[in-house]
Amino acid sequence: MTAGTPGTGVERSYPDEAARAAIGLAAEIGANELAPAAAAAEREGRFPRAEFRLLGRAGLLALPYPAELGGGGQPYETYLQVVEELAAAWLTIGLGVSVHVLSCFGMATAGTPEQRERWLGPMLGGDLLGAYCLSEPGSGSDAAALRTQATVDGQDYLLNGTKAWISHAGQADFYTVFARTAGDPDGRDRAHGISCFHVPASTPGVTAAPAEHKMGMRASATAQMRFESARVPAGQLLGEEGRGFSIALAALDSGRLGIAACATGLAQAALNTAVGYARERRQFGRPIIEFQGLGFMLADMATAVAAARALYLAAARRRDAGLPYGREAAMAKLFASDTAMRVATDAVQVLGGYGYVEDFPAERFLREAKVLQIVEGTNQIQRLVISRSLARETRGKG
Amino acid sequence: MNIVVCVKQVPDTWSERTLRESDSTLDRDAADAVINELDEYAIEEGLRLAEAHGGEVTILSMGPDRATEAIRKALSMGADKAVHLVDDALAGSDLLGTSAALAAVLGQIGFDLVILGSESTDARTGALPAMLAERLGVPQLSYASKVEVDGSAISIHRLADYGYDTVEATLPAVVSVVEKINEPRYPTFKGIMAAKKKPVQTMSLADAGIDPATVGLANAASEVTGWAKRPPRQAGTIVTDEGDGGAKAAGFLAERKFI
Ligand SMILES: Cc1cc2nc3c(=O)[nH]c(=O)nc-3n(C[C@H](O)[C@H](O)[C@H](O)COP(=O)(O)OP(=O)(O)OC[C@H]3O[C@@H](n4cnc5c(N)ncnc54)[C@H](O)[C@@H]3O)c2cc1C
Repeated sequence: MTAGTPGTGVERSYPDEAARAAIGLAAEIGANELAPAAAAAEREGRFPRAEFRLLGRAGLLALPYPAELGGGGQPYETYLQVVEELAAAWLTIGLGVSVHVLSCFGMATAGTPEQRERWLGPMLGGDLLGAYCLSEPGSGSDAAALRTQATVDGQDYLLNGTKAWISHAGQADFYTVFARTAGDPDGRDRAHGISCFHVPASTPGVTAAPAEHKMGMRASATAQMRFESARVPAGQLLGEEGRGFSIALAALDSGRLGIAACATGLAQAALNTAVGYARERRQFGRPIIEFQGLGFMLADMATAVAAARALYLAAARRRDAGLPYGREAAMAKLFASDTAMRVATDAVQVLGGYGYVEDFPAERFLREAKVLQIVEGTNQIQRLVISRSLARETRGKG
Repeated sequence: MNIVVCVKQVPDTWSERTLRESDSTLDRDAADAVINELDEYAIEEGLRLAEAHGGEVTILSMGPDRATEAIRKALSMGADKAVHLVDDALAGSDLLGTSAALAAVLGQIGFDLVILGSESTDARTGALPAMLAERLGVPQLSYASKVEVDGSAISIHRLADYGYDTVEATLPAVVSVVEKINEPRYPTFKGIMAAKKKPVQTMSLADAGIDPATVGLANAASEVTGWAKRPPRQAGTIVTDEGDGGAKAAGFLAERKFI
């Protein structure tokens, strides 16, 4: 089955049969269940909990975690292409899967065998949805300056503070929360003294503020999370006390790959919309795709999307091979999200006036693309990561 | 309970479908092939009954090599095993031939309950379930929108214009289902992987003990004597509302017996 493959219609080289199965299933669910529902849900701001459940049942919510832990046991090369297909159908879903995977990272990589035994099964099993709480109103790019406090109280920690911009706020079943157990948020060593906690949504003192009114991805709940003397047993501290920031950074390296895949999917969807339209729309007696000025624009869009895909897959293969991949992940996130922004903007242009109205998805893609240049490290921060690694490399070579 | 679900691979209704010039049979290579949509409801019902009452779900499909795609899909939804009746001599079989062939296989593999979709999207006769039941000598319960099994008793809601009839019988039996009956599940990622390892037994005419003189295009009792491409769509009728638009629209519909 090649022609008529649902989803993006992208011809992929599958590393193995499992990849074909997972990506094919994601494309099928994307085409049948997600894409048809996206526009209305985004207009109404309906959180797609049922769609996440469907993906959970299909076994697509925890693909990159080991099968022994209850995950899908798939390499990032496969997992990310699944995210790409989902995001192409509906960005809120693709991004949500990436956020969920991010929120399981601390438990899966730093959890003790006892903690994993107790919590991880349902987290990876598809019934539960997670959220990742790092950003705060006063600390975004400078995440290490976070102020949410975790103070010891007997056998427990008491969490106090406010997290900002939390995807799935109020909808998630558990929150992975970074809070300060020591150190000064304004001090030079502020990254030390941050700890990572597993906080079930049912914990008293944990509440979500009203959702933000966003320019796009309105179906995805984004809100502040308040922690008011939320009592978290010491058994829910993930990793060592004070070592949480390294978990946060490692999770973000992986998370950036997820954003790169989302951006590639969104860009592909915008490209598909533009190409489909340009082949049908006639002006001056012929399809507008036959005008070189427009055809070349589409050629540049298609080239950029292919390059974005190649870049995130190259980074994913390094990760799968156990090689360092932080710089490559930053490059992929930077390039893919800039590509999504440009391609979505150009897609609106290809559709002319029809690109500017809600009857076609082009304007929505444009509004959605912007967020990808901001989340999980703004694109300025990605450049910072890349340039710092270049500076280190030159010194190291000396 | 030993449940057999009959599954047919058909050309995708979304793709352009055509007959072959040479023998007026469906050009199956010209279109994408998918599992007949109603068969997915039949599979789902089989899986639900097996989950509720225990037992196994076997997929039975007659078709060319390519039908393995449809069989794998059915197995990835959760069916336990499959039998694929494949033989060049079967090509072009009409309903009589198909029902004879399937009945022969069912007689060999045994069953408590056979479930089918009430029609296929390619030929759309809707007669196969009845023919199969007749050949097997078991009760037929058709157009089921609900199935209940209690021991060896089976009862269904038979969908009708006015609602439904309740139809009861004793197993073994043949049931055909309508799409109202359930919501077919998606395969799971693990299910797709597991399906690759599930047993698929291929049978030829000889294996199934089918007389080649009863099947295939040459032995078909029905014949396609002529066919034409669907005429291009006509331009619609525009009803101008001059205060009587409602009456005009109603008249248009009544004329065509829609209301
Ligand atoms: C829809 C949405 C969902 C989100 N989901 C989550 C989530 O689930 N969990 C979570 O923890 N966070 C989440 N975030 C937060 C997101 O990660 C932050 O918004 C982002 O890290 C930027 O932080 P900030 O908004 O505070 O901007 P700031 O850090 O205040 O940045 C403002 C501007 O200054 C620039 N800037 C800052 N520092 C530098 C520097 N050193 N050099 C050059 N330029 C710089 C930035 O690039 C940006 O352009 C989400 C945000 C949005 C919009």
